[in-house]
Amino acid sequence: MATAVTTDVGQTPQVRPTRSRRRRRRGRRNWLGGLAGWLWLVIVLVPIYWIVITSFKTQANYYAMNPLKPSTSPTIDNYRLVIDSDFATYFINSAIVTVGSIIPAVLISFMAAFAIVRSSGRFMKSVNGLFLMGLAIPLQATIIPVYLIIIRLKLYDSLLAIILPSIAFAIPLSVLVLANFIRDVPKELFESMRVDGASEWVTLWRLAFPLTRPALVTVSIYNGLAVWNGFLLPLILTQSPSRRTLPLALWTFQGQYGVNVPAVLASVVLTTLPILILYAIGRRQLLSGLTAGFSK
Amino acid sequence: MTAAVRGASRTGTSRAGRTGSVTWMALPALVFFIAFGVLPLLGVLGLSFTRWDGIGAIHPAGFDSWRKVLVDPGLPHALYVTFLVMILSWLVQTPASILIGVFLASHARYRGVLAVLFFIPLLLSSAAIAVAYKALLDPNFGLGAGLQIGFLSQDWLGEDKLAVGVVVFIVSWQFIPFHSLIYQGAVRQIPRSMYEAAEIDGAGRIRQFWSVTLPQLKYTIVTSSTLMVVGSLTFFDLIFVLTAGGPGDATRVLALDMYKTGFQANLMGPASAIAVILVLVAFALAIILRRIGGGGAADSQLEGA
Repeated sequence: MATAVTTDVGQTPQVRPTRSRRRRRRGRRNWLGGLAGWLWLVIVLVPIYWIVITSFKTQANYYAMNPLKPSTSPTIDNYRLVIDSDFATYFINSAIVTVGSIIPAVLISFMAAFAIVRSSGRFMKSVNGLFLMGLAIPLQATIIPVYLIIIRLKLYDSLLAIILPSIAFAIPLSVLVLANFIRDVPKELFESMRVDGASEWVTLWRLAFPLTRPALVTVSIYNGLAVWNGFLLPLILTQSPSRRTLPLALWTFQGQYGVNVPAVLASVVLTTLPILILYAIGRRQLLSGLTAGFSK
Repeated sequence: MTAAVRGASRTGTSRAGRTGSVTWMALPALVFFIAFGVLPLLGVLGLSFTRWDGIGAIHPAGFDSWRKVLVDPGLPHALYVTFLVMILSWLVQTPASILIGVFLASHARYRGVLAVLFFIPLLLSSAAIAVAYKALLDPNFGLGAGLQIGFLSQDWLGEDKLAVGVVVFIVSWQFIPFHSLIYQGAVRQIPRSMYEAAEIDGAGRIRQFWSVTLPQLKYTIVTSSTLMVVGSLTFFDLIFVLTAGGPGDATRVLALDMYKTGFQANLMGPASAIAVILVLVAFALAIILRRIGGGGAADSQLEGA
């Protein structure tokens, strides 16, 4: 989803405080909107609630009782079954793929964004145009040649096979967001760095990097989520169970234990848990980063 | 390509050395993007003129793949399903998102709580969502069967129309919260004075919504719709895990058609042709939506503010 963040993500942190201070109060209540809002909350939460409580039921228990009531004698057997099905391996694979793609992707995107902002040359303009065009390419459409390239590089069925295209597909959006952020850095700061005799390379790390840290975090979270949840690349570029990432493992696990609904749902909870924990920690960053760009 | 690059970089370096010293910083990203983005995009066009089973040698085959794909009734069907899912999910999501967004914008107290909970579906992988809903909707073991409510225990994924409806519902479940938050931000940007003026003119709340709120949201609607429409081309994961295109071909969208043709029937040539069509559809939609928006995203942002 969300393959395009519009241009002004960079300015939001500065805008935010003033915006929230002038909160608007409306006289009459918006009943229809309120109803829709709360109704939708119920629709969002009921399946999640059902997933969580069911994952703690035994299979016999699950068939016997009201599906919306939590079990009186919760069990963690389902989680044990999931963990015994090599989920640690899949978890580590997912972690390697995510970290291994996001760190290089964000770093090289950051360098490219800096070059695009600092250079006035025509070459950089066309590089920027190329990246912008990349925003409109649907990943799936390029999967067959990517598969061919990965085979020719003899990387098929390795984690690197997932990492390399993931880096490439994280670049367009990252460059767009980061370039907008770097553009907001006052020109005088760059000028004073230059007067002090700093090279562009030093300016990049000493000046631009610390000042763009919020955008770097947002871009990392956004891309990290996309790679962690990615399904198509692992599906096509790997084969053996030892190379499986979590989303792929979920799919095969359902194929294997389809009838054991509580166990399947335990696998869903278990694969989502790390993201929810990260969400609880970095919620503010994520929410402002993802929605701010669209809402101006 | 290479000629252009060489020519351009020469003008870059000649510029007092300043720009030349940063140009190389863009190269790692450029190399990666060309290798795994641009090259595959050109490659898919090239492969559509070949015969390849995915393992053996690649043979040139002229227009064979294209002829095969264009006469296959599977293509119009896949296009139909793709656009059906796209349009239905837009029709469900847009009014609901605007309504909820307007509500959230005016009730700051609940907004924080709702925003936190609303975001959860967006964090889950499409595979996890599909796996969970597949269990939830199971006619024998799912939620409906357990509650013993007849209406809920239909064979949701076993009938054509129901399966399409389920896909649209799950997509809405996943993304309405996100779009609501976009609209909420936009509504809060509308100057208070416009509502005051409308009130002085005697406009009621409903009239205010149609005459002030909605026109002011124009550019946000374009942005949000662009995300929905272009995003709908990427529902592959969800549909693949949920129905695998079934029942029959009822939910076989373009991306799924490509996957099944290429990686299950081992016809990479025709699959590449389908992929080219997918790219063309994506580009065409992006251009059309940009036209409707009246210029680029940057312009619309400024005008909207």
